[in-house]
Amino acid sequence: MADDDIILSELSDDDLVLQMHDDLYDGLREEIEEGVGILLERGWSPYDVLTRALVAGMTIVGADFRDGILFVPEVLLAANAMKGGMAILKPLLIATGAPRMGKMVIGTVKGDIHDIGKNLVAMMMEGAGFEVVDLGINNAVEKYLDALEREGADILGMSALLTTTMPYMKVVIDTLKERGIRENYIVLVGGAPLNEEFGRAIGADAYCRDAAVAVETAKSFILRKHNALNA
Amino acid sequence: MSDALSRLLATRDWLMADGATGTNLFNMGLASGEPPELWNADQPDNIRNLYRMAVEAGSDIFLTNTFGGNSSRLKLHNAQSRVHELNRLAATLGREVADAAGRPVVVAGSIGPTGDIFAPMGTLTHELAVEMFHEQAEGLKAGGADVLWVETISAIEEYKAAAEAALLAGMPWCGTMSFDTAGRTMMGVTSAQLAALVEKLPNPPIAFGANCGVGASDLMRTILGFVAAGTERPIIAKGNAGIPKYHEGHIHYDGTPELMAEYAVLARDAGARIIGGCCGTMPMHLKAMRAALESRPRGPRPTVEDIAARLGGYSSASDGTGDEEGPTRERRGRRRS
Repeated sequence: MADDDIILSELSDDDLVLQMHDDLYDGLREEIEEGVGILLERGWSPYDVLTRALVAGMTIVGADFRDGILFVPEVLLAANAMKGGMAILKPLLIATGAPRMGKMVIGTVKGDIHDIGKNLVAMMMEGAGFEVVDLGINNAVEKYLDALEREGADILGMSALLTTTMPYMKVVIDTLKERGIRENYIVLVGGAPLNEEFGRAIGADAYCRDAAVAVETAKSFILRKHNALNA
Repeated sequence: MSDALSRLLATRDWLMADGATGTNLFNMGLASGEPPELWNADQPDNIRNLYRMAVEAGSDIFLTNTFGGNSSRLKLHNAQSRVHELNRLAATLGREVADAAGRPVVVAGSIGPTGDIFAPMGTLTHELAVEMFHEQAEGLKAGGADVLWVETISAIEEYKAAAEAALLAGMPWCGTMSFDTAGRTMMGVTSAQLAALVEKLPNPPIAFGANCGVGASDLMRTILGFVAAGTERPIIAKGNAGIPKYHEGHIHYDGTPELMAEYAVLARDAGARIIGGCCGTMPMHLKAMRAALESRPRGPRPTVEDIAARLGGYSSASDGTGDEEGPTRERRGRRRS
C-alpha cells in the first residue's frame, strides 16, 4: 500500500513532526528514533525535538488514555517508542544545558505492597520525558527523604491501595514540613481508594486519578515552578 | 463432572462464594506490608478462622489465602522459594475446614495476577507466566484444593497463561477479571471480550466472571454484559462492599450489609450462578447476602437503570461494549498494513 511507504526523510519539518505524533500513537519505536535523528540533522535543537515532536505526541496519547480511547497496553507501547527517542536526546540535552523535564522519586508507602498502579505511573512519566527513580514497594519516610535529596528530585510520588496505608502519606508530608523542605518538592499522591479531598487533607499538591493525570499534573506543576523561577 | 464445584452447580441454582481476604486478615492483626501468604505457615489458626468465618456465614465456596502466592509477588518479600509450600499449606488448612463443615464446601485455590506487565513493554512472557502459575497450581493441588480460582486479572495474555497452567496441573478452574476502568479492565478488556475468550480456550473454565473493580453497580453492569454475550457458562459475581469513602478523617467501604444483600439478589436475578464479595466484604455482609438469596423470590433480570436505582450510579457512562474497536483518532495514513 502506498500509505505504508512513508519516507520520513522526504517529509517537511511540519509533516514529519505530525507523522512522529502518529508514530508515537502507534508505538513505533524505530520510526521515532529515525525521526529524531532526521530533525537533529536538520539543525533542530534537542530541546525542540523533545518538546515539539515527542512530548507533544505523548500529550495526545495521554489525552486519549484519559478519555478511555486508548488503554494501558497502547500507552505503554507509545511510552516505549518515546523512550527510544529519549535515549538519543538525553546526552544531547545534558550537553546543551536544556531545561530538564524534571525528576520524580516514586514508591508505594510503608505497609503497601500493591505496585501495579505505581509502575504504570513510573512508565508513563518516563514516557513523557521525566527521569524516574523507582523506590519500589513498602517505603518508610527516611527512604523517600534520602532519595529526594540524593537524586535532587523535583517531584515526590506516593501510592497506596489500602485504606490502612493511605494515612502514611501524611506522615511523609509532615516530616518534609518538620524539616522545612516541603516547598522544595511537588508532592503527588495516587491509588484506588484515594480522592481529591484526601489529597488536600494530608497536604499533598495534588491527587492524581490515573497515570495520565499524573503526567499532566506533573507537567503543569513543573511549568509553574519554572515560571516562578524566571519571574 | 468429577469435581466438587461442578457437582454443586448441578444441584443448586446459585452458590455463595466468600468475601474479602485482606480486609478480614487486617482485622486479625496482619501488619500492613507483610505478605498475607506467610501466615499460612506462621499463623495457621488465623487462616483457619478466616475460612471458618466464610463457611459459618453461609459460603459454599471459599478462596485460599494465596492471592499473592506466585513467585513474582513473593519475591518482593524474598519468599520466592516458598511458593509450593505456602500454597500447599493454605489449601491443606482449607481442606480441613471444608471437610469439617458438615455440608459440601468447595476449596478454591486463589491465584492472583503476577503484577508484571507482558513484553514488549514489560518483562513477562507467556512461558514465564505459565511457569509461575503452574508452580502455584501444583502447590494448591498438593494441599487438596478442589478447583483453581484465578482472579483480578486484567490482561488477556495473563488469563490465557493461567488457563494453560490449570491444564498442566490437571485441575478444573474458574477465572475472573477486574473491570475497573470505565467498564473495562485496566488493559482494556470488555465483558464481551472475556465472554468470547473463555469459549476459545482449550480448557474453558467451569465458571468465569468479574471480581473487585469499582463497587457493586459497576460490577453488576459487567455481569449484564456477560449475559448479553449469550454465554451458557456459569457466571461469577464477586463485587466489593461499596467504594472506599473518605469521611471526616476516616476511610471506610460504604457498602452496608443491606446493600450487599440487594446486590446479591440482583446478581442472581441477572443470571450469575456464583455470587460473593471482594474487598470490604465481611461475615456480616455474607450473612445478609445468604439470607436474602434464600428468602427473596427470583425476580426479572434487572436493567442497568434498575441497578442504578437500587445500588447507586455508575463510575462511567458506558461499559465499553459496543464501542468501535481501537483508536478513533483521525489519522494521516497508516504505516502498518
